[in-house]
Amino acid sequence: MTPLLDVRGLGKRFPLRHSQSAVHAVDDVSFSIAPGECVGLVGESGCGKSTLVRLVTRLLDPTTGSICFEGTDISRVPAARFASSPWRSRIQMVFQDPTDSLNPRASAFDTIAEPLRRLGTANGRRAVSARVHELADLCGLARELLGRFPHQLSGGQQQRVGIARAIALSPRLLVLDEPTSALDVSVQAVILHLLADLRERLTMTYLFVSHDLNLVRLFSDRVMVMYLGKVVEIGPADRVFEAPRHPYTRALLSAVPTPDPVLRRRRIVLTGEARSPVDPSPSVCRFSGRCPEGFERCERDMPPLRPVGDKHEAACHLLETQAVLR
Amino acid sequence: MSEPAVEIPLLSVEDLSVEFRTRDGVVKALEGVSFAVGKGETVGIVGESGSGKSVTAFSVMGLLPPAARVARGRAVFGGLDLLSASGRQLDEYRGRELSMIFQNPRTALNPIRTIGQQLVDVLVRHANLFRVDARARAVELLARVQIPDPGRRFGAYPFELSGGMCQRVMIALAIACAPALLIADEPTTGIDVTTQAAILDLLGELGAQSRMATILITHDLGVVAERCDRIVVMHGGHVVETAPTDELFAHPRHPYTARLIASTPRPGAKLTDLLPIPGSVPDLRQALPPCRYRPRCERALPRCDEPPLPRLVLTPRHLVACQNPLPVEAV
Repeated sequence: MTPLLDVRGLGKRFPLRHSQSAVHAVDDVSFSIAPGECVGLVGESGCGKSTLVRLVTRLLDPTTGSICFEGTDISRVPAARFASSPWRSRIQMVFQDPTDSLNPRASAFDTIAEPLRRLGTANGRRAVSARVHELADLCGLARELLGRFPHQLSGGQQQRVGIARAIALSPRLLVLDEPTSALDVSVQAVILHLLADLRERLTMTYLFVSHDLNLVRLFSDRVMVMYLGKVVEIGPADRVFEAPRHPYTRALLSAVPTPDPVLRRRRIVLTGEARSPVDPSPSVCRFSGRCPEGFERCERDMPPLRPVGDKHEAACHLLETQAVLR
Repeated sequence: MSEPAVEIPLLSVEDLSVEFRTRDGVVKALEGVSFAVGKGETVGIVGESGSGKSVTAFSVMGLLPPAARVARGRAVFGGLDLLSASGRQLDEYRGRELSMIFQNPRTALNPIRTIGQQLVDVLVRHANLFRVDARARAVELLARVQIPDPGRRFGAYPFELSGGMCQRVMIALAIACAPALLIADEPTTGIDVTTQAAILDLLGELGAQSRMATILITHDLGVVAERCDRIVVMHGGHVVETAPTDELFAHPRHPYTARLIASTPRPGAKLTDLLPIPGSVPDLRQALPPCRYRPRCERALPRCDEPPLPRLVLTPRHLVACQNPLPVEAV
C-alpha cells in the first residue's frame, strides 16, 4: 500500500541571531504513515517533536527533505500559502490546550464553521449550519452548547469543539498534539474513546504526540521515539514498549510512573548533560554522554537506524551485530 | 517504603471546611476534610481538578486568598493550630518547619532576582545566617538538588534555567531550613518523565535522610503509586478515601477511587479497558447532597441522600466516606 505520508530526510534548522550557528531542531528524519494507521510520537521536551509536527502540518517550512502526502511533495508549498491551498483541508490538527487554541471571542458554532467558510465546499449559511450540527453530533457536543463561548464550556467540551473544527473538512491525516494533557483522567478517557471512534468512522490517519507513554502505548499502532532532533527508534507499539532496543527508549520507559504499586521496575537513571542542539557534530551519536551503555565508537560515528525486528528499527551501534545476524 | 506509625501525627487536619465568597455565591471548596501525616511519611493527595487538593495545601500553609474563609476545623502542627495562628506565629513556622513547592516554578520564583539571591534571602530570614555564610550554604543547597555547576548557577536568573532546573531551585528553597513537613503541589506537572523521576527521587532521598514528611499533591496516580506511603483521595472538596498505597490500588473501596484507577492508562492496557468517570466534578456553588459523588455514582442508594456522610473505618488505616462501599472481593 502506498503510504499516506512519506517523509524523507526532513530537517529544520533555526538560525541563531548574531552567529553562523543554528539549532538543529529536526535532523534528517524519515518515516512513513500508512492510511488508517495511528503513529505515536514520543520524546522529551526539546527533542523536536513539536517542530516535526509543525513541518508535517505545514505550519513551518523545512530546511531540507521532502514531505510526500498522497504521492505529492507538499514541502515545496510555502507555509504561508499552504493555509489557503486545497491540501490544508487534508491535514488538520488538534491542539494541546483548548483554552489557548480556541478563539475566546468566537462561539463554538463559529469556531467549527470557520474552516468550512474558508475552505469548505458547503456553500451558503444553511449548508454550513447543517454541517456544523452534523459535526457537533459526531463529536458528542450537545447542539445547545454551540452558542456558547469557550469560557462557558468545560475542558472536555472545549476539546470536543477543537476536534470538531479539525475534522470539519474531512481530513485524511489528523495530527493530535497532546490532545488530552490539559484534561483530567476522567475526561481524558472520554476524549480518547471519541478519537478512536472518529478514526474508524471517518477512516482517518493519526499522528499522535504525547508525553504520556502509557497513553501512546494503548492508542497507537506504531511508535516513533525522538531524541535531539533524531528518530532513535521506531516500531510497532507493543514491540517498542515490551522490548525497547535503544538505550534511550529503555531509560525513557523506565522513568514512566506506573499506576500499580505491584508493577515496579528498575529505573535506568540518566546522568550527564544532554548535548547541545546547536550545530551538533554529524559524526557523534546525539545520546552519547548521557547513554549508560555508550562506548568509544559513539563519539566518532553516528549510528543510523537499523532494522532490529519486524518493522522495528533503532539507531544504536550496540544493535549492529544483531542486525547483521538477522 | 516503610510504614511509619501515625500515633502522634506531625500534621493533623481535622474537620476542615473552607468557603470562598464569589459573585456567584458561596463556594464550599472544602467540607469536613480530615487526614493526618506522620513524621517522615509521604502522603499523596489525588483527585481531579477542582477537588480541593490545592485549597487544602494553601489552608495548611495559611496562604488562602482573602475571599476564602475557614468555616470550621483545625490543622494542628507541632501543637499549634495553623488555622487560628497569628501571622507572626505562622511566620515562625513557614519556611522553617513547614514549606511548600508550588506548581509552576517559573511563576513562583522571582523573575528579577538571581536564584542565588533568592536562596540567600530565605537563609538570612529563616536560618538566621549572615549573608556571607548564607552564600556558601546556598551553593551547597544547589549542589544538593543536583544542579550542575552550582557556583556558576548561583548568579543565574530563573529565565536562564529549564523548567526542571527551576523546579530544583524551588526544592532547594523549600528544604533550605530542613523543614519537618514539605507540601509539594504538583511538583512535576508538565515536566518530562525522566526529569520527573529525578525530582521525585530527590524528594524521596531528602525525606529518608532527614525524616522529612511530604504531602505530594498530584493528579497522576502513577506518581502516587510509586512514591507515597499513603494516599488521600479527594472529590468535590471531600476526602472520600484514605488508605496505604498498596491497599488502595489493590482494594479501592470508594466507587470514585475505583473509577479513578480504571480511567488511568496502565502499561499493557487496551483502549477499551480505559473507563471514563461519568458526569463531571460537582459545581460547589449549588446545594449539594451529603455525598458529593452521588450524582456520578453507579452504586448510589436512596440512603445516600440522607445526611450525614458516613466515614467508615475499615481498618485503622483505611477510611472510606461511602454508604455503599465496594466489596473487597469484587475488585
